[in-house]
Amino acid sequence: MVSLIVNGESRKLDIEPSTPLLWALRDALALTGTKYGCGIALCGACTVLVEGQPARACVTPVSSVAGKRITTIEGLSRTGGHAVQRAWVAEDVPQCGFCQSGQILSAVALLERNPDPTDADINAAMSVVLCRCGTYQRIRRAIRVAAADKAAAERS
Amino acid sequence: MSNRMEVSRRTFLQASLAAGGGLLLGFELGPAAHAEAASAASDTGFEPNAWLSIADDGTVTVRVASSEMGQGVMTAIPMLVAEELDANWKHVRAEFAPVDPAYTNPRLRSQATGGSTAVRGFWTSVREAGAAAREMLLAAAAQTWAVDVGECRTDAGKVVHTASGRSLEYGALVATAAVQPLPELLFLKDPTEFTLVGQSLPRLDTPAKTDGSAVFGQDVRLPGMLTATVLRCPVFGGKLRRFDAQAAKRIAGVREVLQISSGIAVVADGFWPANLGRDALSVEWDEGPGAELDDDIIRNQFRGAVTGGRVVRNDGDAEAMLAAAADALKAVYEVPFLAHACMEPMNATADVRKDGCDIWAPTQGQTATQQTAMKLTGLPAEKVRVHTTFLGGGFGRRSEVDFIADAVEISIAVGRPVKVIWTREDDIQHDFYRPATYNELAAVLGKNGLPQAWIHRIAGPSILARRFPDRVRDAADFTNIEGAANIPYAIPNVRVSYAMVNPGVPVGFWRSVGSSQNAFITECFLDELAAAAGKDPVEYRRALLVGHPRHENVLELAARKSGWGSPLPPGRYRGIAVAESFASFVAQVAEVSVDAQQGIRVHRVVCAVDCGVTVNPGIIEAQMESGIVYGLTAALKGQITIDRGRVRQSNFNDYPMLTIAEMPSVEVHILPSREDPGGVGEPGTPPIAPAVANAVFAATGRPVRRLPVRL
Ligand code: FES
Ligand code: FES
Repeated sequence: MVSLIVNGESRKLDIEPSTPLLWALRDALALTGTKYGCGIALCGACTVLVEGQPARACVTPVSSVAGKRITTIEGLSRTGGHAVQRAWVAEDVPQCGFCQSGQILSAVALLERNPDPTDADINAAMSVVLCRCGTYQRIRRAIRVAAADKAAAERS
Repeated sequence: MSNRMEVSRRTFLQASLAAGGGLLLGFELGPAAHAEAASAASDTGFEPNAWLSIADDGTVTVRVASSEMGQGVMTAIPMLVAEELDANWKHVRAEFAPVDPAYTNPRLRSQATGGSTAVRGFWTSVREAGAAAREMLLAAAAQTWAVDVGECRTDAGKVVHTASGRSLEYGALVATAAVQPLPELLFLKDPTEFTLVGQSLPRLDTPAKTDGSAVFGQDVRLPGMLTATVLRCPVFGGKLRRFDAQAAKRIAGVREVLQISSGIAVVADGFWPANLGRDALSVEWDEGPGAELDDDIIRNQFRGAVTGGRVVRNDGDAEAMLAAAADALKAVYEVPFLAHACMEPMNATADVRKDGCDIWAPTQGQTATQQTAMKLTGLPAEKVRVHTTFLGGGFGRRSEVDFIADAVEISIAVGRPVKVIWTREDDIQHDFYRPATYNELAAVLGKNGLPQAWIHRIAGPSILARRFPDRVRDAADFTNIEGAANIPYAIPNVRVSYAMVNPGVPVGFWRSVGSSQNAFITECFLDELAAAAGKDPVEYRRALLVGHPRHENVLELAARKSGWGSPLPPGRYRGIAVAESFASFVAQVAEVSVDAQQGIRVHRVVCAVDCGVTVNPGIIEAQMESGIVYGLTAALKGQITIDRGRVRQSNFNDYPMLTIAEMPSVEVHILPSREDPGGVGEPGTPPIAPAVANAVFAATGRPVRRLPVRL
């Protein structure tokens, strides 16, 4: 038995403790918004937040995150209304969409620790998430929009 | 209505009341299908193959026959329908069409997505579907109000009685509309009347792709479903000799281990045990003669064959000029095999029962998927349903059916729904690769520096020889010569030949197909000629693009917007290339710096595109950016190499992708056009490699004749 806190809910899983978190989420918890792209921490499609920090779920044994707070794309907001998601919609970022959960969660973590990232900050934080469709330019724009949006919200 | 165009061909339409009380419209595409459909309609009464339905709450649902793999078709096709329907865009939804002959893409003669044909193939037919529905809604309103239909007009989801100002929402009219006679004549708008087409409307699939709810093939879940992985022989053409599954079966969650056509399937409760089980297999392969194959052997085969190819274009007498010339320019150009590396590795889910079969798949080929399942199950077409999911990239890879066959075979064997998931390693090592080719080029320049003779000899494997052998004409495969045989330049003597050499590495359609390599080869050799003549690359092309205004216009636009000829910061260089593919014309200027330590950096790309009528500029822009990133990744990094009959690369460590840090700033300029729509999914790819390579040539003075670009 492994206990997880996923998107604010406690979940008990009867699962091999060495199973990567990715497959616990996808196969055991039916949270399929987190994607499998490479399995060896090279693409970022499986990115989730563990205690607010981006983590590659494909190489994270589920036992290592027992009791920790895990956020997946499904748990980011109830209505898709997180500032980063809104910015993604405003900039019409996704193409095929497969990488976008990882992109969005990585951007969320970036803006949490750095509300006004430079291009270099964006490159450093986002280079671990590949997009084969080449949505990078819009990702960069959307991160700026989200940053401005959050700044405006804080002022008001 | 004077400036409306009457549809030349009366489209067969069938209307009926949908189950939910809405209006449902279906139609057949070809005139030949008319009679058949008309007779079928009289006894079936209800045609489920509808392009659109309107619910009584006003929701317009458009069924999209093409697969959504990022190119925006799930938005573009509904826009065409909504335009002629005069729908309120806020009420428009899209869904994937089932597999049915009614959804055949006339350009592909199959229900499939590829060759940048979705908008081109359905341009007329889906607008006719919208126009017909509109006519019936107008008639319904006129009947309701007991007025002449000529007194009514449509406006964003309503019918309006002009004189009285009364109006009715489409949703309120569906029951009456469904019993109206089919329109005898259809009128399509003149492009100047478009109100939706031409706008950057937001994509309909964006919300689902930002909250995790979009269902890709990988995400399909069915009651009782098992998950499988397949171990394949690493050597192309190899066979299974024997295997031992004992250790695999001891792994918790592994249900079955069985042999299928493509290898050994490990079937388990989920991906992870299936993968562990696969790792635990002990296998002996009969690698066969393919185990000898490597890059040197392949290259030697190409070189040995290159002069003996079929001549596919022969203007004047280029060979004679070459033989007579003392100072001909000659070069050898080579490109490697490339994997598609869709972000979502291959997968499919099949549920085969005695009474039928359902397939859920991220596929570019619904017809081919259905036929594959029919062959394997023996079921007739009407018993094989195909449910298309979102595709996590396609790029041509998902027009294949190998992953479909895996799922169907395993489901037959275990008698349950099965999802087969390929690992990234499977995906890289068992692809159908972009053909590697070997090219000899030669040219003779005239006194004015312009080429008088151009010779291009191509050797490489054929895609069609495997996929569509009946389309190989006289040993020539058009996919190998596109972008080479049709170079637009005014050269009096041109000879292009193709030698088919199939060394045993499977090859397939890869975004922009032949143009992906031939634009690089021809546009870089052209820059070599310009350099030899001491001419500016833009001027040189301008002089040669006689009678090709669409090429010339994009060339001029890209040159102008990039500031061609103006000074650059020190260490920066520009390169340009122009290419036509899939009825669109694209020119790109790349701004590059070259540094022994840092390698090649692409800072800026200016892209000019003429893709005919502009359906959705935002999507066109995104597709150009996308095609540029795809082509740039290949130009800077992409290479599949063969050793001992197997692919050396396995994952993103050795088959790397461009990252956001390496993303140049890309500017897209769309040329306004009244021409019929061209493709947009692929045409952004061909010019980028030569634009970058030409910039590197400008920087170093050494031509780049091989990809990926190395300093
Ligand atoms: S699937 Fe985890 S990083 Fe690629
Ligand atoms: S949107 Fe397709 S991989 Fe990023």
